[in-house]
Amino acid sequence: MADVIRAEGLVKSYGDLRALDGLDLAVPEGAILGLLGPNGAGKTTAVRILTTLLEPDSGSAFVAGVDVRKDPAKVRALIGLSGQYAAVDEYLTGYENLDMIGRLYGLGGARSKARARELLERFRLADAGDRPAKTYSGGMRRRLDLAGALVAAPPVLFLDEPTTGLDPRSRTDMWEVIVELVQGGSTLLLTTQYLEEADRLADNIVVIDHGRSIAEGTADELKAQVGGERVEVVVGDTADVPTAREILGQLADGGGCEVEQHTRRLTAPVRGGAAVLMEALRRLDAAEIVVQDVALRRPTLDDVFLILTGHRTMDEAPPTEPNKDPEGELVEAAK
Amino acid sequence: MTAQAVEAPRTDVRAPGLVKALADGAVVAKRNLIKIKRVPDLLVFSTIQPIIFILLFAYVFGSAIHPKGISYREFLIPGIFTQTVIFGATITGAGLAEDMQKGIIDRFRSLPMSSSAVLVGRTTSDVLNNILVIAIMSGTGLIVGWRVRSSVGEAIGGFLLLLAFAYAFSWIMAVVGLMVPSPEVVNNAAFMIIFPLTFIANTFVPSNNLPTVLKAFADWNPISSLTQASRQLFGNTGTAPLPDGPWSLHHPVIYTLIWIVGLLGVFIPLAVRQYKRAASR
Ligand SMILES: Nc1ncnc2c1ncn2[C@@H]1O[C@H](COP(=O)(O)OP(=O)(O)OP(=O)(O)O)[C@@H](O)[C@H]1O
Ligand SMILES: [Mg+2]
Repeated sequence: MADVIRAEGLVKSYGDLRALDGLDLAVPEGAILGLLGPNGAGKTTAVRILTTLLEPDSGSAFVAGVDVRKDPAKVRALIGLSGQYAAVDEYLTGYENLDMIGRLYGLGGARSKARARELLERFRLADAGDRPAKTYSGGMRRRLDLAGALVAAPPVLFLDEPTTGLDPRSRTDMWEVIVELVQGGSTLLLTTQYLEEADRLADNIVVIDHGRSIAEGTADELKAQVGGERVEVVVGDTADVPTAREILGQLADGGGCEVEQHTRRLTAPVRGGAAVLMEALRRLDAAEIVVQDVALRRPTLDDVFLILTGHRTMDEAPPTEPNKDPEGELVEAAK
Repeated sequence: MTAQAVEAPRTDVRAPGLVKALADGAVVAKRNLIKIKRVPDLLVFSTIQPIIFILLFAYVFGSAIHPKGISYREFLIPGIFTQTVIFGATITGAGLAEDMQKGIIDRFRSLPMSSSAVLVGRTTSDVLNNILVIAIMSGTGLIVGWRVRSSVGEAIGGFLLLLAFAYAFSWIMAVVGLMVPSPEVVNNAAFMIIFPLTFIANTFVPSNNLPTVLKAFADWNPISSLTQASRQLFGNTGTAPLPDGPWSLHHPVIYTLIWIVGLLGVFIPLAVRQYKRAASR
């Protein structure tokens, strides 16, 4: 068993609230696991347990074969952590922050200094490196915190929402760094709210809700589970909705066409991409239906959440597909 | 369990434990001192307050209080030293509470550092802070008429005793700082503890005429013995008779040392335990 990160049956309660309810995780060496979940799902709690900051009520966790509960000190020498909220010392400069972390990892003075400069450069903080972190913007602090996780080039990394609050360029930079790290052999667990990010980076994704894993697979597998591409059409006139629904229903790939009456929005799962979209427009045009808006959508995190967590929106039409309970079905599929 | 799956860590945490713990403590202490440098207001306020106290007490109380056999100013300064170094201990608590609040403790706790290093570093840097404050106060004291009338050795002993007691007291404040949600609470709690403790004592006025209950408290209050010890070590007792108090005031140095050892013995383990648990809230 070469899982570098492994958790079994993690449970953690805060009073009556079960933040983690029997979570299992496994990340093989050199892989990236994306932990996806809505607010309060338990992502941070899981990361804190794996990084020795929190004791679980029950369950076990291992990092590189070391028991997190029995030998936290040894685990700490193997990991790098960037928590959800940047933990930088704002009175120190960026350089001093990284230098301090290096020394505390036991790198020694010379290597800590060199590493600090190198990382400041890497995270585009070189110019601000000698200013107190108090003067940094939110995104700069975030980057400094991420750099902190990498100081000792630890073989196992935990990044809790690493790109939240970063501008697009910094986000892309961050992704590059992450890819490099993993090419260098690191194993990584990252939590995120963005499916795109998990999609780009993660070899495997675990979707959690209420402290439990509700689906697991590669990005493609998950998307396939929530139904692939959809065509979305907004018609100009309420009277046209039934006709439009019929037309889209014919093009739909399994399932049917969902309708949101008050916004006159119709959504149908399709296969075939742009060609199907063109065909839909042609047929709507032929039926003299005015189309206000049209789009070909790939599933978003919203869709994954909506369907996997079963929290459907209020005004949605009852599911037309025979597909009974989406949650039950997909959980089965995930196992 | 295959630990071999991952290349050996580049750091050797298991290296000589004590050496690493001290080195880590030094790194954390340096960080705290940088903060004092960057936010000099902290130091300014922690020294202005005792200077104001010296001036107020010396000139206001000094005109009304005449302890037997000694000028009030000489009597007063060791008391102010005591109160000030004890207030200095609040920095420990407030600093830790701030680190908790800002999540830096989380960063430290995820690093392969000695679990007592944050506390050792914190309390150590506060000793350095106290040394500076005592130096400034001694200067002010000399200006208003305080004099050291003992030997150099005794005077150094006096300063060391003050610093040692403050160091022990800062471990109490460390526990407080790790228990409360914000630095402000530490400051408020400190006032509630430190004012009664330093006033129900022989710090600012001779305690001989206090009502019985208060006198009993003052007699056994380690602040009294610390103050009495400093007066003796700095030679600020003049021709004043020994205070009519119990053993604690007749052997103030030993009694104070016992307190220092006791406080360290109780509060270091408590603080370390609280530190390990604290960040999980
Ligand atoms: N210290 C705490 N005390 C009480 N409840 C807590 C504490 N920490 C977390 N919780 C609760 O545990 C649950 C899981 O929290 P957690 O922070 O792990 O969620 P998350 O998935 O990281 O959410 P987000 O996306 O908002 O960061 C939440 O309901 C939260 O309110
Ligand atoms: Mg979180």
